[in-house]
Amino acid sequence: MIADLIETIAKILFVFGINMGFFSPILGWVERKQSAVMQDRVGANRADIMGYKAIGLFHPIADAIKVMVKEDFIPDGANKIFHTLAPFISLTCSIVTFAVVPFGGQYEIFGHKVNLVIANLDVGILFVFAFASLAPYGAVLAGWSSNNNWSFLGGMRASAQMLSYEVAMGFTIIGVIMVFGSLRLTDIGMMQEDFFRWGIFLQPVGFILFLTCAIAENKRIPFDMPEAESELVAGYFTEYSGMKFVMFWMGEFLEIVTISAIVTTLFFGAWHLPFITDADLVNFFSFAGQTGSNFLAILVNVATFLMKVIFFIWLQMTIRWTLPRFRYDQVMKLGWKMILPISLINIFITAVIILV
Amino acid sequence: MGIIDKIQTITRQAIHEPKEEDPSKLLGDSIILTQLESVVDWARKYSLFLYPFATACCAMEFMSLGGPKYDLDRFGAALPRFTPRQADLLLVVGTISHKQAPILVKIYNQMTEPKWVMAFGICAVSGGFYDNYATVQGIDTLIPVDVYIPGCPPRPEMVIDGLIKLQEKIAKEKWTDWPKGAAPVVAKS
Repeated sequence: MIADLIETIAKILFVFGINMGFFSPILGWVERKQSAVMQDRVGANRADIMGYKAIGLFHPIADAIKVMVKEDFIPDGANKIFHTLAPFISLTCSIVTFAVVPFGGQYEIFGHKVNLVIANLDVGILFVFAFASLAPYGAVLAGWSSNNNWSFLGGMRASAQMLSYEVAMGFTIIGVIMVFGSLRLTDIGMMQEDFFRWGIFLQPVGFILFLTCAIAENKRIPFDMPEAESELVAGYFTEYSGMKFVMFWMGEFLEIVTISAIVTTLFFGAWHLPFITDADLVNFFSFAGQTGSNFLAILVNVATFLMKVIFFIWLQMTIRWTLPRFRYDQVMKLGWKMILPISLINIFITAVIILV
Repeated sequence: MGIIDKIQTITRQAIHEPKEEDPSKLLGDSIILTQLESVVDWARKYSLFLYPFATACCAMEFMSLGGPKYDLDRFGAALPRFTPRQADLLLVVGTISHKQAPILVKIYNQMTEPKWVMAFGICAVSGGFYDNYATVQGIDTLIPVDVYIPGCPPRPEMVIDGLIKLQEKIAKEKWTDWPKGAAPVVAKS
């Protein structure tokens, strides 16, 4: 009982720490440096502490302190409660999803079975979708409560776009569920122990469609219609300043991490190294004793998972700085006329292959 | 020591070393007060979000400034926010006509504290060669300006120099400098 409690608290601290403490500040820096690299620039590198510049790593700190001491503004005629609530919804929805994402397999430490996922739900993937579909509320409430035309248009666009892509995303996932036969993300991860059973080999079309839908859900370029700067000033968060505005950003960055984590879990073998099974790994470290070998295996598996996640974060950053923004009708056309039919065909073909 | 040197020393002391009765010195060498102020100033100086109020040809030079050769992002000042609520630095890039003036004042008033203004190019500084009835003779007749950058258009090096001057100014700011409040003129629109 006590061991379970300690285990859960440790896992929550780890996941929360790695998201809020590592990924959300560092991604601001990564995005800047990625844009700098792709545009042949140097990028932010002047902020110094005691003369140390650390290749611009202090710039996120400067940004964080600045937004905290910036004036917190609520416009006249805004709905104060919803205006304050919206950024919290946005941020919460993207971080809660991590509760069901496994970042390692099953291990035995001091005779206690440890499962490296906070909540091992049997409807894990549905939980992810439930919170992904709550996310538009943040954008819509922000747009509506600001009492501003641009915000309102941005909120409307956000709701239309995210609802359309939610449907397509649901259909792309059905193929994966059919192949693995489980909604539990831990099970899906376990079944990808064999390199040739990774989701990407079983569902190549599903992977591309899912990644497209996920980026569209995240409202980033090329799908940043809700905040299109050249059309809608800054979209649904036009009237936000200081920390509340940055909370939308943190939500966006954490959503990148969520997408990467789920893509890794569903399609890229979760925490597994290619050609190495969990048992092999524990046996390899057998010199360290029973608990020690399991502990080393945890380190290797979590590191593998994080490396895969970081790779997909990089991929999304590259897409963001490569492609221009779609026109609104093109976004809708892509969602309803391309991705939805292809995902339906994908389901059909998968079903036929499984049956045969 | 000549008499001029003596006067200079006294003036320097009066400006740079306030006497004990000065309210900012009442707490002695209170570490927390001075440290927090300097930390906040440090953060503000390296995290300027721009609002490019680009109305004329100087905007071309502004594009060059963001590009690979001059790269304003090195100074932490490259993130343009197109809503004044999220911006710190209002860059007035180009000629401001009297038709445009109320819009500029409105944008300035919409910006959240703390805010700084940079007059980019001679038209924004003083009206430049548009010495006529249609052009505002310098945006400082409308809103407070922190840095003036002359030139038609100014070279990117001059803008970077102006930005560094602004950063030096921000580093010396006190709590009492804020809030700056609305523009001294009323915009009729």
